[in-house]
Amino acid sequence: MAYFKKVLTKFIFVIPFLFSSIAFSESSDYNMKVGVTEVSESIFELHMLIFWICVGIGVIVFSIMFWSLWKYRKSKGAVAADFDDNLGLEIGWTVAATLVLIWMAVPATQVMVEAYDDAEGEINILITGHQWKWHYEYLEDEVGYFSNLSTSQEEINGDVPKGEFYLREVDEPLVIPTNTRIRFLITGNDVIHSWWVPDFAVKQDAIPGFINTAWTNVPEPGIFRGACTELCGIKHAFMPVVVRAVEREEFDAFIAQKVTLAEAERLLTSKNWTKEELMERGEAFYATNCAACHQAGGQGIPPVFPALQGSQVAMNDSARHIEILMEGVQGSAMAAFGESYSEIDIASVITYTRQAWDNDTNGDGVIVTPQDIVAYKNRIDL
Amino acid sequence: MSTVVESHDHGHHGPAKGLSRWLFTTNHKDIGTLYLWFSFIMLFIGGSMAMVIRAELFQPGLQIVQPEFFNQMTTNHGLIMVFGVIMPAFVGLANWMLPMQIGAPDMALPRLNNLSFWLLPMAFGILISTLFMPEGGPNFGWTFYAPLSTTYAPSTVNFFIFSVHVMGVSSILGSINIITTIFNMRAPGMTLMKMPLFVWSWLITAYLLIAVMPVLAGVVTMMLMDINFGTSFFNAAGGGDPVLFQHVFWFFGHPEVYIMILPAFGIVSHIIETFSRKPIFGYSSMVYAMASIAILSFVVWAHHMFTVGMPLAGELFFMYSTMLIAIPTGVKVFNWVATMFRGSITFETPMLFSIAFVALFTIGGFSGIMLAIVPADFQYHDTYFVVAHFHYVLVPGALFGIIAGAYYWLPKWTGNMYDETLGKLHFWLTFISVNVTFFPMHFVGLAGMPRRYPDYALQFADFNALISVGAFMFGLTQLLFLFIVIKCIKSGKQAKPEVWEGAGELGLEWTLTSPPPYHSFSIQPQVK
Repeated sequence: MAYFKKVLTKFIFVIPFLFSSIAFSESSDYNMKVGVTEVSESIFELHMLIFWICVGIGVIVFSIMFWSLWKYRKSKGAVAADFDDNLGLEIGWTVAATLVLIWMAVPATQVMVEAYDDAEGEINILITGHQWKWHYEYLEDEVGYFSNLSTSQEEINGDVPKGEFYLREVDEPLVIPTNTRIRFLITGNDVIHSWWVPDFAVKQDAIPGFINTAWTNVPEPGIFRGACTELCGIKHAFMPVVVRAVEREEFDAFIAQKVTLAEAERLLTSKNWTKEELMERGEAFYATNCAACHQAGGQGIPPVFPALQGSQVAMNDSARHIEILMEGVQGSAMAAFGESYSEIDIASVITYTRQAWDNDTNGDGVIVTPQDIVAYKNRIDL
Repeated sequence: MSTVVESHDHGHHGPAKGLSRWLFTTNHKDIGTLYLWFSFIMLFIGGSMAMVIRAELFQPGLQIVQPEFFNQMTTNHGLIMVFGVIMPAFVGLANWMLPMQIGAPDMALPRLNNLSFWLLPMAFGILISTLFMPEGGPNFGWTFYAPLSTTYAPSTVNFFIFSVHVMGVSSILGSINIITTIFNMRAPGMTLMKMPLFVWSWLITAYLLIAVMPVLAGVVTMMLMDINFGTSFFNAAGGGDPVLFQHVFWFFGHPEVYIMILPAFGIVSHIIETFSRKPIFGYSSMVYAMASIAILSFVVWAHHMFTVGMPLAGELFFMYSTMLIAIPTGVKVFNWVATMFRGSITFETPMLFSIAFVALFTIGGFSGIMLAIVPADFQYHDTYFVVAHFHYVLVPGALFGIIAGAYYWLPKWTGNMYDETLGKLHFWLTFISVNVTFFPMHFVGLAGMPRRYPDYALQFADFNALISVGAFMFGLTQLLFLFIVIKCIKSGKQAKPEVWEGAGELGLEWTLTSPPPYHSFSIQPQVK
């Protein structure tokens, strides 16, 4: 009840200020975000212009209507006139409506031309929508990484209090430099997603087989939060977008670090991995990429997400196990991970799921190494 | 043949007894009643799904249902409300009223009429049964964008496709019947430009249906081929094009949204002239406006797709063409206001719903113009602002039109007046709750909450709680409507033939007794 009361008092307070709050507050609780880029500011101004024109028309039409309803009510003895036509009036309001539309269309066209520009950026970033995470790749530096929701399942289920950025936080945000023209190349890996950052006024669908473009130029550092806005399946609400804009020097350092990490990773593939090393890495990978569907205990959510604990494939068929991870399962939510992750990641998570939850004691407990994955890839390529 | 017909004793024609009356009926009133009850039942089924959605969204976090089921609820809520509630209700009203308004004894093709109704329970039986299958029902949104609805869909999508095919057949047959009836069975003297506006609205709607339902059938057939027969219409990996799906779907989908509003325009026009006691202002411009809206509806489809990455010229073309629709729609609103101006107005329940229709549909129109502005649409697209927009045009728009029509014609259908006090109570509860439900959606949408989300960030929590309270209130209020309708069928003050003061002048339906004879006009009336 206390919750109801809180909500109610808030709204009773809000109602008288409804229109003024829309107009004057830059609060993102009630109105479109002004955003931080030139384009987003132009769009906000355009939005407010159209809004006020609509309010103006509404005030005129509704005043005449409600005044007529009041003035000509039968209970006050109004007698109906019998006109049913007035050519002048009809031509008049048709022309007026047309003029108002032109008044709206001119600035709309200007802003659209400003926003629409697919020239190359100083930095070009390939954004790929996956079920249900984003992959960012810096095309000039050939490094990329996934960005996963970092809100815990316990928060979603209500077992622990929700944090400030509930469902708006990720493990690794996209990092971009300020005052630089950035072009986003946006595509989808499986179904259609849509990449939206309200502060940049950038929303583009991520469509398999297409590469859409969008651009931005952020003047100030900050963290900007957005969302996936095209229904993409079960976890549609759980793949937020977070962008961190930093000064150019910080950005360069970030990229340099990513490049070093990627090189180190490549070297590791040839190393001889122990079971413990694979297990440790696999467990972490599983928690980030697999547990959302197959669950932390491997029990899955049948029939949509099969259990891994006690699964025949996970216990006794390592060849098929590798194949599923590499190619995905057609017609199901299981994506092909082979293209997107390193051989080490794939090998370690397979090894982990073959050992965890008593799968090793009930099954063969085969250890799959990065070299096995490389061998698989070579076989397929042949 | 003629001897068989003559051997009938026309004096004993009446409804058959028991279930067979409804199963085998070819009577336009019985079929109209079936359509209306079907739509009413589906309203409660689709409405219950909305209640599940709102219950889950009452607070952030996952409390009641899992996202998988939530997606099935949003999908089926949309499909049922569009194809199972609004469209059948309009067809039911058409069945009841068209023959009576044009002075005909029945519809032109009565057996076809029976078939087009009975296909519907089959279609929705198939659709709803998928919810009880292990893989669950359709979960890809009522717009079922590929490849989510093809490669990534549960296998029950095949039932969904079959169900859409059957619905489409039903709509096409119904439309053929309506067009045939209007062109062949009008009373002598009723020229096209003397037809009641509801008849005009349905004539135009029926043409839209015949034009676009085959397109819908085409797009689901392509899906069927992609899923089962290895084609790649929408599969990029096979050389297909996922955006093609959206173009074809919305080429159907945009005329579809006018299919769901044009008959309401017709109904509301009749009600406003009746209770303003003044003929409709600008009859011919009303007809031309509806025709223009219908024609324009074929060239605006891509405004649903401003973020798919169209070329600049495409974006601008669809923005301008969409804005053009505001002109005929605006003309209609101005005409309704001009009809009220200098009238002699009373506020019976149908009039209250019609006034609310004009006001709230206009608000939906304003948000429509805002959405047409491409650059601004980048911020609105697929947020709750869109949800607010289309619920404003479909609930206080289409649904209010249907409810207003039901109150307006119920005394004619049943011969009893409905309970005016309860009717007004129903109106005010509905009017308040509809705004409490849908108005705050504008704010959460602008603030950045995407649609089809089972869970959301904390900043949207207060508005969502309020929206859910409004939605529950709206849902419960419709039980009152059910009660009022049943009460009116069972009892009530005897209705006169003209029912409403002065309505006798306004249309042929008011010259018949209340309730009207089983066969409306055995002898064609003359229209001056």
